[in-house]
Amino acid sequence: MNITLNGDSRRVPQGTTATDLVNKLGLAGRRFALEVNGEIVPKSEHDSFEFRSGDEVEIVHAVGGG
Amino acid sequence: MVTKWRSSTPSVVADGTDGESLNMATPAEHTRAAEDTFRIGHREFRSRLLVGTGKYRDFDQTRAAIEASGAEIVTVAIRRTNIGQDPGEPNLLDFLSPDRYTILPNTAGCYTTTDAVRTCRLARELLDGHNLMKLEVLGDEKTLFPDVTATLEAAETLVADGFEVMVYTNDDPIMARRLEEIGCVSVMPLAAPIGSGLGIRNPYNILTIVENATVPILVDAGVGTASDAAVAMELGCDGVLMNTAIAGAREPVLMASAMRKAVEAGREAFLAGRIPRKRFASASSPLDGTFF
Repeated sequence: MNITLNGDSRRVPQGTTATDLVNKLGLAGRRFALEVNGEIVPKSEHDSFEFRSGDEVEIVHAVGGG
Repeated sequence: MVTKWRSSTPSVVADGTDGESLNMATPAEHTRAAEDTFRIGHREFRSRLLVGTGKYRDFDQTRAAIEASGAEIVTVAIRRTNIGQDPGEPNLLDFLSPDRYTILPNTAGCYTTTDAVRTCRLARELLDGHNLMKLEVLGDEKTLFPDVTATLEAAETLVADGFEVMVYTNDDPIMARRLEEIGCVSVMPLAAPIGSGLGIRNPYNILTIVENATVPILVDAGVGTASDAAVAMELGCDGVLMNTAIAGAREPVLMASAMRKAVEAGREAFLAGRIPRKRFASASSPLDGTFF
């Protein structure tokens, strides 16, 4: 199935969890926040949260700013 | 509406102008404590210089400048993670540990209430429930002036959602009071447009905002050099927030040090109580005992 990850389409297997995606992206243990369709998915739910086709996923982090 | 005046000692009107004094506010008694700390929400701070982390050459320079500034509160922006980047690539927060600094996520780049609120919620998740945010809702790309109605709306939503909101706003005393009434923990009027380095364009408005306030007032944006920061503090502001003035200087680390001293000097001058302005001279040496 396809999801949109930070604005780009990405193919992921059915049943992919937030944790699966985070691991695949090499972000495990990093500071980031995850939002799906405008709703935050808390870290405590990453293991159980499964993406659905068409999900709009945003992963953000802190960058330099004033 | 009751106006709470921070200054109980009227300044001497001696500037040759009309009724209301144009001299600086005088410090309230509580600010004269030996330990000159200030509170934002439930947190207490010693450094009155808050710094941004944008526009530096690299993270090493960011860290060096922030160390030289003595800042305890540093702002960050929230942006998309670069997907596909080297997983070992350093992250800003590896250089500025949230254990050492109070991280102040901003809503820079947000032009709507929705985007600003969304950004704050993401920042709270990112920082494990940390709830202190710098709210800015911009109205215009050319000036980066705040959209004050959207700012008010966003502030209300965020306060209701449990955030401690430090809010960027115009140098407008009426809006500053509204934002305080809404429950913002700090009101941060601009000195001049963001990144402009024009210094404090409207010191009397800043003074009025300071006098009316019961929450910390920080000048945010527009400072160009050390004297601008000192003026902000001499006006009675509780602190100054800046980024470009340091990061854009030819020697950012040296400017960070200058800003630290300027904020401290301005604060001490404010606490010491400046002399009134007078139009004519007043001799410093005695007239008695002259032999000529």
